[in-house]
Amino acid sequence: MFSLASIATMGACIFLFGLFFALNLNFTYIMKNVESNVGITVFFNEGLDQASIDTIGQEIRNRTDIVTKCNYVSADEAWESYIAEYFEGNTQAAEGFKANKDNPLKHSAHYEVYVNEIEKQNELVNYIKGLEGVRNINQSQQASETLSTINRLITTVSMLLIIILLAVSIFLISNTISVGVSVRKEEIGIMKLIGATDTFVRLPFILEGILIGLVGAAIPLTALYFLYNQAIEYILTKFSVLQNFMNGLQPVNHVFQFLLPVGLILGMGIGFVGSFFTIRKHLKV
Amino acid sequence: MITLDSVSKSYEKGKPAIHNISLHIDKGEFVFVVGDSGSGKSTLIKLLLKELNPSSGTIFVNGKILNKLTRRQISKYRRSLGVVFQDFRLLKDRNVYENVAFSQRVIEKPNWMIKKRVPEVLTLVGLADKYRSNPKELSGGEQQRVALARALVNRPKILLADEPTGNLDPKNSNEIMKMLEEISECGTTVLVVTHNKGIVNVMKKRVIHLRKGVIISDEKEGIYVEN
Repeated sequence: MFSLASIATMGACIFLFGLFFALNLNFTYIMKNVESNVGITVFFNEGLDQASIDTIGQEIRNRTDIVTKCNYVSADEAWESYIAEYFEGNTQAAEGFKANKDNPLKHSAHYEVYVNEIEKQNELVNYIKGLEGVRNINQSQQASETLSTINRLITTVSMLLIIILLAVSIFLISNTISVGVSVRKEEIGIMKLIGATDTFVRLPFILEGILIGLVGAAIPLTALYFLYNQAIEYILTKFSVLQNFMNGLQPVNHVFQFLLPVGLILGMGIGFVGSFFTIRKHLKV
Repeated sequence: MITLDSVSKSYEKGKPAIHNISLHIDKGEFVFVVGDSGSGKSTLIKLLLKELNPSSGTIFVNGKILNKLTRRQISKYRRSLGVVFQDFRLLKDRNVYENVAFSQRVIEKPNWMIKKRVPEVLTLVGLADKYRSNPKELSGGEQQRVALARALVNRPKILLADEPTGNLDPKNSNEIMKMLEEISECGTTVLVVTHNKGIVNVMKKRVIHLRKGVIISDEKEGIYVEN
């Protein structure tokens, strides 16, 4: 009875762990995609020569710990890109504007810089601000802050829940083992008195704990495997508007490549810890 | 074989259960330890089993100082002992054979040895035909014989018996004591804690009399006289 309760709690714990793990993995993946599209634009002082602009570019690229991409966009390219965007589908009007040799964006040469982690964007902005010849920096601060906050929130909530459930699982396994020990107290006493080693007495209880952990992990992981596929299918069918966004979701095999070993090891680990320390406490014959 | 040198044992907030006891028991000797309730008999057995540690003094058994044994060494030490209790302490969910085999399984003896040794020892205690019985189906005397078989199956150098006849009628008591005597004659040191005057006085063995934790007499062919 207690074993069933332990398996059920362990199952709930590993199920939630798997759920949050999958959520986190997907969210991190989506974040990475978004991060690669949220960049910083670095403008230079008017009249800065090309050599100094190149030096700024090199100094930005040197920050390989944060910078993933740094593209130079000249004033002409900026003007062409603006025309292409503004007169999309109206080539005649666009050509007319191009004919005007006077580039109104002649001071708009810039670097487009992309970071590997959105949390480090501010650090990079401060670094670039310190470089000589930099006039202005545009950054999508709000987007980066919002994404960082959501990411932190999901991580914190999931970690908290997992820690609570882990504690409950260990407590229940410990209870199961305690009941087992008290039922077999006389047998354990006799065993110790006729020369059984501690390991010999502990081993069945530790194996029982590990088995509870293993079964408690295997059941929810199997359920999650099937549910995950169905959930993706359901989301993509019912919320077609999200389809473009949801393309960023990880396939089940990729999620389980990590989740399966981590879940099973976690289950067995909880079983081991719960049973090992409980039997240790009870074995002082 | 067994030497106690100025051994005392005090429990928390109480008078010493055993006070400054010194004694020596030779290999193959048969010794009765007698005394009233609270005289320290059970404490003595527990000290020899290394269930308790002395508060002071030293206990030597088979050349080992019990006070210095590590947990692992305690297991090994206990394998050289056989123990019989008043309440038999048999496993009620296992039959006679399994109860005796349990003693060998616990110390990880191979199966072939268990299959050879268990029937031998069951024959020795006269229970060969009852190996399939459950302890609950046996009389008190038979249950104590199973306990004796379990204690003997590992060929112990020392047999400790704590009130082995306490729950038995005189006939069964005599039979158990006869078996213990035979075991002693085969070279095993037997230490019997009892307050069964009749048996002690008939057997004419060494008698150590305890009172309030102190040895008041230790006689070669002694008798148990209550004061």
